[in-house]
Amino acid sequence: MSDAHLHDQTEVAPGDENTSIRLRVIGYLVGLGLAILLTAVSFFVAGTDLVWQPSIPVAIIVLAIAQMGVHLVFFLHITTGADNTNNVLALAFGLLIVILVIGGSLWIMANLNHNMMPMDQIMQMQR
Amino acid sequence: MSAVTLGHDEAATPHALEKEHLGPAPKRIVTGYGFWIFILSDMVMFSCFFAAFAVLSGQTAGGPHGAELFNLKNVAIETGCLLLSSFVCGMASIAAEERNAFWFQISMAVTCALGLAFLFIEFREFADLVARGAGPSRSAFLSAFFTLVGCHGLHVSAGILWLLTMMAQVFAKGFRADIQRRFLCFALFWHALDIIWVAVFSVVYLLGSAA
Repeated sequence: MSDAHLHDQTEVAPGDENTSIRLRVIGYLVGLGLAILLTAVSFFVAGTDLVWQPSIPVAIIVLAIAQMGVHLVFFLHITTGADNTNNVLALAFGLLIVILVIGGSLWIMANLNHNMMPMDQIMQMQR
Repeated sequence: MSAVTLGHDEAATPHALEKEHLGPAPKRIVTGYGFWIFILSDMVMFSCFFAAFAVLSGQTAGGPHGAELFNLKNVAIETGCLLLSSFVCGMASIAAEERNAFWFQISMAVTCALGLAFLFIEFREFADLVARGAGPSRSAFLSAFFTLVGCHGLHVSAGILWLLTMMAQVFAKGFRADIQRRFLCFALFWHALDIIWVAVFSVVYLLGSAA
């Protein structure tokens, strides 16, 4: 690897990759195949009686997270390579905020619901 | 990026030393990184809508539940449209890097057609829901549903306008460096919309009709 080459590859923009056309097309094809597979399993699981019913929501969430990972790696080319550190760190911070917002809202609102009087009793008290 | 502590064995590691003095990153990397930050903040915004939907999904005010409203076959077709358009957009990225205008315009036209098909199906679904009396004002659940899914639809509409602009710019100005940077940002945006759609069809439609 020449020095000039090394200079070019110290960092990449999100979405960039450095390989031949054929390999890049294959990369997108693999991503598409995996995404279609995960989507199909997700839709199948949602409508089937074959699995234990309470496991279905968990399965759908896990499949969705897996598919987002597939999209990130194969379409957006956010990988764990050394040249991608800045992009991954920004993604990690974004994920932290997303988890705090969604998890925090669900937790707080479930707690409020649990502690609140049922709605029909409140309506009766207001009369 | 920054000049960290230069070790005592500078002469022994010329390559490592050289890396510390590279100067600012190329403009393509700075632009892409900045746009990546924007996409992440867009995802944070969507996470708020998702949180609102998750909290309100049971508050139907005596109105219809998701299971009675959603047509999963439509959702599967919409998902297929967006997935394929994301793939074809990747093909356009390769064509842009290879500076092949013919395949670039073909791929972008296919991406646009698939995006329009998605929007058409979504618009028909919304019109059908409103006609059945399940518009956004019916219940808190439906307000949250229309806000979340409609916001994604608006992003796709904006993406299609951007896509047409990119086709025109490449046609008129060719693959100049600044046009390439804009296209890099567009491709990031289009792929990110697909990621958000994965969350939408899983959380809103599949979980909504399972529960």
